[in-house]
Amino acid sequence: MNITRLFATHRKSLLVGFLILLIAFVLTFPLYGGAYPTRVLIVMLMYTVLAVSWTMFSGTTGYMSLAPAAFFGTGIYSTALLQHYLPFPVIIVIAGLISFVLAFLLGLVTLRLKGIYFTIFSFGLVVFIGNTINYVEAEIFGRHGWYFEALDRTTLLYTMLGLAVVTVLAAYFISRSRLGLAMRSIGGNEEAAEHMGVNTTRIKVLTFAISAIFMGAAGVVVAPSLSYSNSGIAFSVTYSFIPIVAAVLGGMGQLHGPIIGALVFGFLEKTLKATLLTYFMLGFGIIMVVVILFLPNGLIGLVPILRDKLGGVIQKLRKGGQAEQHADT
Amino acid sequence: MAEAERLLGLAVIGILAGGVYGLLAVGLSLQIGVCRVLNITHGEFAMLGGVLTFTLVELGINPLVAPVIIGPILFGIGFLLQATLFKGIKVRAPSPAAFEGNALLAAFGVMYIISYIARMEFGTRALPTHYLTEGLQFLGVSIQLNLIVGFAVAAVLGIAVYLFLTRSRLGRAIRATAEDQPTAELMGVNTNTILALCFGLGALLAGIAGTLISLRSDVNTGIGFNNTIIALIVVTLGGLGSVPGSFVAGIIIGIVSMMVAGLWESVLIVPVYYAMLMILLLARPTGIFGKK
Repeated sequence: MNITRLFATHRKSLLVGFLILLIAFVLTFPLYGGAYPTRVLIVMLMYTVLAVSWTMFSGTTGYMSLAPAAFFGTGIYSTALLQHYLPFPVIIVIAGLISFVLAFLLGLVTLRLKGIYFTIFSFGLVVFIGNTINYVEAEIFGRHGWYFEALDRTTLLYTMLGLAVVTVLAAYFISRSRLGLAMRSIGGNEEAAEHMGVNTTRIKVLTFAISAIFMGAAGVVVAPSLSYSNSGIAFSVTYSFIPIVAAVLGGMGQLHGPIIGALVFGFLEKTLKATLLTYFMLGFGIIMVVVILFLPNGLIGLVPILRDKLGGVIQKLRKGGQAEQHADT
Repeated sequence: MAEAERLLGLAVIGILAGGVYGLLAVGLSLQIGVCRVLNITHGEFAMLGGVLTFTLVELGINPLVAPVIIGPILFGIGFLLQATLFKGIKVRAPSPAAFEGNALLAAFGVMYIISYIARMEFGTRALPTHYLTEGLQFLGVSIQLNLIVGFAVAAVLGIAVYLFLTRSRLGRAIRATAEDQPTAELMGVNTNTILALCFGLGALLAGIAGTLISLRSDVNTGIGFNNTIIALIVVTLGGLGSVPGSFVAGIIIGIVSMMVAGLWESVLIVPVYYAMLMILLLARPTGIFGKK
């Protein structure tokens, strides 16, 4: 059996199998996992949601958005404000809607900005919202941060898993639809796409807004496990960079790239950061630079390289074996 | 009357502080305008400038002489970054847009590397250099001498960079590269060296701005990101690639920050910056002095 050919011909079923195994692992995890590992798993899934939804818009159209933290923070604040009045699933939907509207309005005014200006603007938005809320909270309402009602960690894990699955499915179906095709054409050459009759503004605004839904929802689901948050934590710029780092690490070209990148990054961050804080962040920077320079397709870009290498070695071994047989006869 | 006088005094402080922001932004403007790298590491170079100034002062060197030693080091780091890392990304990138994206991400990685190396060495404590702190009474506010010195140094350097870019042969090559790199290359400009030179110059200017900042306030290893934000706002406000624009925008930002702090709340400085930036981006994305 040729292992390299197996990879090539059954790639899709292998990927689906891998995802199903992953889901089964998460579903059974509460049976044997402790409290801390469960939290790590929740964070890993949250990064998956952020990375996949970020790639949905920025990976395909090439518009680097640094706005995820704005939508994520919106989610956290929705939980903070509504947790005593509404059931949890309703808050998720509401935060998704708020993020959608926010992103829609933002997209309408900003997406005509090109390249670097769009990036600066989206980044500015995060700092602006965070600082404004901080001011309003402290000066007008005289409070500093919010406490969250604790929720059962198994429920949180399952909710986050559900959200991750929905996000991945949405990304999958969008990338296969006309919308996905139009987005890729914008990423390839926006002017040409426009001349071909693609309504670029509408497509960009729509996908930007759709991708924001999942970011906002992720904020809601992760909020109870934070137990405390304030404007600085909720609108931390880190949440804008994490999805990008995860997507780059995994590889943006295909759907499973950001998933793998987010899981790997989340796991490494949560397990290594506690013990090796400074060195972890230093190593993290070095890895970023090396990946961008030498692995432009991310970790999944390694697969074909390894496959070729491995295939070459196997073939060599086989040829060697045949040569020996010839020598024997 | 006293209130009006106080505000006028604050405005003067704002103008003086704004000169340093302008200098910081000129460096970033070169890096974005010529090298096409949205360099979010920029503020870290300012941080390095401030932190290294503190170290040199501890060794008994006058802080105003410190840039002579720090400048070449930072120039070298910047030069090498462009000549190896960003050039490598450029060679591999399929399109200019892909290069901009990847360069931003790489700059993000470099930012972590620099800030955490600095943190290993200096920790997170405040490093006070404070130099020339004698106050000058002016319009009811006391203006520290170091503000005036900082503004003077920034202005002289700004004019020097402006003259260098507009009058010298090398400056013309830089402008040609910024405008159209392939054509500049065909005309015999060694664009790789030019880009590395610009990046190094940007790092050097950031380092000197860092030294000037350390004269009047404490520095620590965490100030980099804030300075990046300020530089980014000033560059956008002033228009990419315009030296006078950067200084005018720097002074505007300086005045605004002093006014907001004096009349309102210092917490609101950053939101006000961004409100200005966002309105400006929507109204005139090329900045005050930028060309269409």
